Amino acid sequence: MTNEVVIKTDKLTKRFGDFIATNEVTFEVYAGEIFGFLGANGAGKTTAMKMLCGLSTPSSGNATIAGFDIYKQTEQIKKHIGYMSQKFSLYEDLTVLENIQFFGGIYGLSDKQLKEKSNELIETLGLKSEAKKLVGSLPLGWKQKLAFSVAVLHEPQIVFLDEPTGGVDPVTRRQFWDLIYQAADKGITIFVTTHYMDEAEYCNRVSIMVDGVIEALDTPANLKQQFSATSMDEVFYELARGAKRSE
Amino acid sequence: MRTLKFLLQKEFKQIFRNKALLPMILVAPIMQLLIMPLAADYEVKNINISIVDHDHTTYSQQLISKITASGYFQLVDYGNSYQSAFNQIEKDKSDLILEIPQGFEKNLVRESNEKLFIAVNAINGVKAGLGGNYLSQIIASYNNDIRLKWVQPQKYNAVPTIEVTSSYWFNPFLNYRFFIVPGILVALVTMIGSYMCALNIVKEKEVGTIEQINVTPIKKYHFILGKLIPFWVIGMVMFSLGLLVVARLIYGIVPFGSLWVLYAFLGIFLIAILGLGLLISTFAETQQQAMSVAFFFIMIFMLMSGLFTSLDGMPKWAYIIAKCNPVTYFIEVVRMIILKGSGFADIKNHFLIMIGFAGLLNGLAIWNYKKTT
Amino acid sequence: MKQFLSFVRKELYHVFRDSKTLLMLFGLPIVLIVLFGFAVTNEIKNAKIIVCDYAKDPASQEIINKLTVNTTFNLEKTLLNHSQIEEAFKKEDIKLAIVFPANFNKDLLHLNKAQVQIIADASDPNTASTLTNYAMAVIMDYQMDLMQNSNLPYRITPEIRMLYNPELKGATNFVPGIMALVLLLVCVLMTAVSIVKEKEMGTMEILLVSPFNPLLVIISKALPFLLLSFVNLVVILTLSVTLLDMPINGSLLLLVAESTLLIICALSLGLLISNNTHSQQTAMLLAMMGMMLPTILFTGFMFPLENMPVALQILANIFPSKWYYIIVKSIMIKGLGFSAIWKETLILLGTTILLLVLSLKTFKKRLE
Repeated sequence: MTNEVVIKTDKLTKRFGDFIATNEVTFEVYAGEIFGFLGANGAGKTTAMKMLCGLSTPSSGNATIAGFDIYKQTEQIKKHIGYMSQKFSLYEDLTVLENIQFFGGIYGLSDKQLKEKSNELIETLGLKSEAKKLVGSLPLGWKQKLAFSVAVLHEPQIVFLDEPTGGVDPVTRRQFWDLIYQAADKGITIFVTTHYMDEAEYCNRVSIMVDGVIEALDTPANLKQQFSATSMDEVFYELARGAKRSE
Repeated sequence: MRTLKFLLQKEFKQIFRNKALLPMILVAPIMQLLIMPLAADYEVKNINISIVDHDHTTYSQQLISKITASGYFQLVDYGNSYQSAFNQIEKDKSDLILEIPQGFEKNLVRESNEKLFIAVNAINGVKAGLGGNYLSQIIASYNNDIRLKWVQPQKYNAVPTIEVTSSYWFNPFLNYRFFIVPGILVALVTMIGSYMCALNIVKEKEVGTIEQINVTPIKKYHFILGKLIPFWVIGMVMFSLGLLVVARLIYGIVPFGSLWVLYAFLGIFLIAILGLGLLISTFAETQQQAMSVAFFFIMIFMLMSGLFTSLDGMPKWAYIIAKCNPVTYFIEVVRMIILKGSGFADIKNHFLIMIGFAGLLNGLAIWNYKKTT
Repeated sequence: MKQFLSFVRKELYHVFRDSKTLLMLFGLPIVLIVLFGFAVTNEIKNAKIIVCDYAKDPASQEIINKLTVNTTFNLEKTLLNHSQIEEAFKKEDIKLAIVFPANFNKDLLHLNKAQVQIIADASDPNTASTLTNYAMAVIMDYQMDLMQNSNLPYRITPEIRMLYNPELKGATNFVPGIMALVLLLVCVLMTAVSIVKEKEMGTMEILLVSPFNPLLVIISKALPFLLLSFVNLVVILTLSVTLLDMPINGSLLLLVAESTLLIICALSLGLLISNNTHSQQTAMLLAMMGMMLPTILFTGFMFPLENMPVALQILANIFPSKWYYIIVKSIMIKGLGFSAIWKETLILLGTTILLLVLSLKTFKKRLE
């Protein structure tokens, strides 16, 4: 983890009418970090993430992602990031191989690179026998691993993961996090939101969002000390139980 | 450019893999082309007539024979009672009643004047009008025959006669299929083009894959081209199948004018109509919505395009709406080129207007489609 | 019962919160009435004609005046040469060309015989023959005027009475057809799509697993559309009576009862479609191609059934809209009672029961 700042926000806010989903959020993320963006349901995590990905325009505040301005340079941002949405968003009616080729292609990988990387990916994930099967026929855990791999195929600077391990068994979750570590080792910054507090322990630093505001931001160890807690679960509980918003 | 290639690959694969969609796109139009022209025909034939004859003389018999021999009418009832004939009308077994009064022959010869009574089921106004007309013509002709028998021929010829010759150009056998089949082709291409395109994009919205596209560096115009081109190709193929295979083999329709001009216009029309589908998709969040909106507009477009009924009869406000409808122009052009052999110079204006539509609709759609909300 | 009502309420929320779907549900009948009532018509009006008058004498002038005096024909231009006719047809929307030879009047007076040529653009054959007939009638009329001098003996005068629709309004024919179309559209299409959408979204599973009889769930989906259809029925009837002067000569109660029967029939069909399709797209296309188009064709309001080949006429009998159309015409326009339409009602009832049984049988209590 270096000290180069890849994500910098300054009072980033998103309003929907009178409702302030994300309220003057300010933080920095460093290159190569695994940054956990935690919070209860309805806290505003997904809204914040969508702004950082260039999917949603902030109501006020500033941010730069990979050095690009969030208002004026959204298309540049998109070239340098990867994204995995809550719904996993692979094309169910295309095969594993076709999905890889499609997303790789539109991120600008050359034919040669595509070939190399898709073989590599399929090997790593152990999907050799499934390569020509439709994604829709894969079990959830494999889809999810595939979606992540596709998100980092073009080796972006930052990859945004929105609740990537929802609804998956602990073994698969562990395997997923192995993939995340591998990506981080390659220097990719990981920005991940999750409810699973045990996953919070895997991150370099975490922030906890409550009612649209970041109430805590530090390493898991420091947070546990700060709140005299033995697990991130407890830390979270301390902060979030006063929350007024929950889905 | 490469991006576009990848997008197109994906789109075509998805379309061809959709087992429900493909047969619909290919089979349904062919079926419609086969059935609709057979069914759609405004010509008034087989009018059912009930005759109530109170006279029973040679004259009334002769009149009746003339009517049945004309080929316009089917005699379904012949009797004495107006009431029973009226029953026939109530039951839709008969379309009109001719009542010949008692003393018809006697009065005509003696008083030189007689009346006949006709009652027509006018629920279908056009049919009633035509039926009434035909019957009146036959009666007038019969009237002439009678006159000829009684009046001196010389005296008769002193009256000036106008000989009217009528000729029917472009469709000498008055084949209704020639008129309706090109129109149906247009209708099919319109429906499939706008509808399918709109639904396709909205489906990505509903499922969530559109978010994945929005987060990539894919440019807006790439995405839109990637959606338009496959359906443009499908539209072209469908039209060709319909025109060059079905229409030619089954109906014997061979375009009189230039196919190049027709296809050029078709190309632009498809762009316009796909643009409409695109525009609709930017407004709809779910497939249900897209379907509702698309259906609403397509139905109006179809009805106001001159496909089934002529634009001439419309009131001014309706005429203006029809002129704002891209389908109207294509229907005109398709008939002009296929039946009349009109050339490019003749449809130049239509061409320009269609380019205008294409630009407007697609422009609006592109402007409205936002990768970032 | 309370649970059932809560399902119905949820469904009503779904429908009413979706403004775009509402547009179609309520907007469409209104639009259709306005269009069919005023814009879409088979009446011939404002047909553009051209004249090539080599004679330019009082007789030809008189005939031209007679032709253009009312709204049927619009004289677009006068040509100098009949070779320009073809070009005019190809370029513009001219329906008829009339050619008067030189010396028309002279020939008529001295030779007692003259000719007129009518050339019709027969790309639309029906319009062509109707216009030609009309033009001929006008010319014959002129001829009659000339003959008026001799008081013709042995004249037969037909007295024509138009029943049910003395003004020959097109609306009378169309409105019952629109009723059938709108009711079918809302009930079949919307119901089918609504149910299949739950399947696609996955929320159907939840409903199937609830302690609630899944059948009641389905009925709760159909119920809002039943209610909506009633509203539509009222709207259509009100509009046609006020805007289009349609009569309701028979029993309103009978009309509503028969309409309810059709609605249930359509809902069963919607249910049947939804049981057998898995995606909204398929349901929509099936409803469109398999129901909408045949309804428009085979009900008999756009195209008369008698004109069709016998095979198609037999096919038309399958469609409930055909029978409903006859029923509505009989009640609304002819003012007849149940005794006149019991046969059609029976057929409709039979179809409804058949569809209901089929859809209940194919209703799957599990997903596959």
